[in-house]
Amino acid sequence: MSIDVGSLISGDEAVALAALDGGVALGTGYPGTPSTEILETFNDLGGKAQWAPNEKVALEVAVGVAFAEARALVTMKHVGLNVAADVLFTIAYSGIDGALVIVSADDPGASSSQNEQDNRRYAVAAAVPMFEPADSQEAYDLTLAALELSHRWQIPVLLRMTTRVCHSKSILKKRQPARPAPTPSFRRDIPARVMVPAHARPAHRRLRHKLAEIAQWNDTCGLNAVIPGEKSLGIIASGVAWLHAREAAPAASFLKIAITYPLPMQLIRRFAAGVQHCLVIEEGDPYLAEAISAAGIPVGSKSENFRFGELNVTRVRRIVAGDDSLEPPPLKSKPPELCPACPYRGPFAVLRKLDCIVSGDIGCYTLGALPPLEAMDLQLCMGASLGVGLGLRHVLPEEQARRVVSVIGDSTFMHSGLTGLAEMVYNPPPTGHVLIILDNGTTAMTGRQEHPATGRRLDHSPATRLRIEDIARALGVPHVDVIDAAGHTDEFEQLLRRRLAGNELAVIIARKPCILAAGNIRSYERGSAT
Amino acid sequence: MPTEITNVIVVGLGGQGVIKASDILADAACRAGHDVKKAEIHGMSQRGGSVLSDVRFGPLVLSPMVPFGEADYLVVLAPGQIDNSRPLLRQGGVLIEPACLSANLAGGRAMNIALLGSLGYHLELPREAWQAALRANLPEKWIAMNQTAFDAAWEATGG
Repeated sequence: MSIDVGSLISGDEAVALAALDGGVALGTGYPGTPSTEILETFNDLGGKAQWAPNEKVALEVAVGVAFAEARALVTMKHVGLNVAADVLFTIAYSGIDGALVIVSADDPGASSSQNEQDNRRYAVAAAVPMFEPADSQEAYDLTLAALELSHRWQIPVLLRMTTRVCHSKSILKKRQPARPAPTPSFRRDIPARVMVPAHARPAHRRLRHKLAEIAQWNDTCGLNAVIPGEKSLGIIASGVAWLHAREAAPAASFLKIAITYPLPMQLIRRFAAGVQHCLVIEEGDPYLAEAISAAGIPVGSKSENFRFGELNVTRVRRIVAGDDSLEPPPLKSKPPELCPACPYRGPFAVLRKLDCIVSGDIGCYTLGALPPLEAMDLQLCMGASLGVGLGLRHVLPEEQARRVVSVIGDSTFMHSGLTGLAEMVYNPPPTGHVLIILDNGTTAMTGRQEHPATGRRLDHSPATRLRIEDIARALGVPHVDVIDAAGHTDEFEQLLRRRLAGNELAVIIARKPCILAAGNIRSYERGSAT
Repeated sequence: MPTEITNVIVVGLGGQGVIKASDILADAACRAGHDVKKAEIHGMSQRGGSVLSDVRFGPLVLSPMVPFGEADYLVVLAPGQIDNSRPLLRQGGVLIEPACLSANLAGGRAMNIALLGSLGYHLELPREAWQAALRANLPEKWIAMNQTAFDAAWEATGG
């Protein structure tokens, strides 16, 4: 695969191309809409890309790459950064030797996520610089700029994208000459790399010093843009909201901010002073408006209604006009559902029939909660099916406790189910517990990516396969069954009844390939990857 | 301020070829020398749910999304989605739906491409740009069949 100047590419593809041109030695992450295509494209372009079991591990691997003076890219959806946050907050202190860019693909409007959290807050909380591209060209340019900044200040950088930046396509107009990848090497620096308290305290001061320098640099770096217009209205915006705003208020003056942490406050102050009314247009939380107001610069902001959902030109016109009247309801649309031949349908029908209390998880099978199946009662975040199910079992009256089942997919189990299973063995409820692992042999919801239990790498080449049943047995679960629940629904029902009646721990692996992935899986297994 | 932006929205259900059709349209507009932006939501929509893709082209396109009620053309692949999505179309905009096609095209595997042919008749994009976009975005073995459907729908719309 190659991408030429003049072609129409997505923001995700642009980040991958910039990683290639920017000398990234390793790209890692966990699949998550809308970030997934970045690493897949990086691999297709010839970069070294791999899926990690989860985002925390991915970021740790990338930190190792960057400690070795090489350049690393880590990709994840917004909620993935919650998983990786433990690494993020302290790597900001340590700093790195090479370069480290972390892509957070946010989902305002929660089009395919469990929440619409605004990860710009993470840049502030963890004290890492943040770049926000608006379209594919900017995704390319700012990924390269982020790699350069990360290298120059030896600090991790957050590249914050949103669904409309990741998945929209626009034309790549220019490309920079590829930068040779640096030769990796290890440099010992124990006080900077081992965050015991005596080292962490001065590291925190070093971090704040770096940020002060970067803030000053940001005022004049040339990546933020002032577009002169009428003096009566000045709009400050970033990301895709900037494009909506320019279309909605074409006559206004604009300050377009590319690096939104630490903010170019002198630039903002000058811009605001030069217009009669200054308005911030931003998607999600009022992050910019709060920060700018806190600096003593008077700016207007959107009303609370516009914190919810994506912005678009129509909504920005309302914000500019101060129109807070009721917005028209969204278009009626047909909700997604499990594929008609999905191997998960059988198990869900049985769970419904037995009136189980189902503690569910994140993946295609979450659709089992929707009509007509309505066979999932709880869902929260990756891996929560286990802990939440166990909590219910611990306190519910026996008749109800006995009906509690945790349901998780294969990829989600590898991501966050292992520690939950350890908890199940360590603190078993009096009635025992039943975990059903729906193993369709792929990370189906995000577009059928590989994971450690498929036995294939990101590029579908063979890898050591982690066997879920062996893991469960090794952890000490007394009853571990593997069954084709789609083809043998009655047997599955009998087995589940038996396990629910006992007081012991049980794992049932309902294994059958995803109907959409089955053909590809067969061809990978024949060694003729397509 | 950019003027003369053409706004097209393609609507259908997951698996119908909405994304493929909008990719070809965007590619054809790009080959014709326009600035182009294209936006859609993937993800959950793959599972048989509604899929909606915006394509905008002209001298300079800013937002990747067509403002509500400002689509010049609304291409609907699933008849059941017509009523839901009609508010997206501006007054005087053109609705292109399977009922516009002959029965064999509307029921055929290349229905999404046939609708593009019908759209193509209305848009001022050179025929060569469409042909190149079809070739670039379809597997070799399906090109001839799709090209035939595209041409037939174009001619029928013009006739």
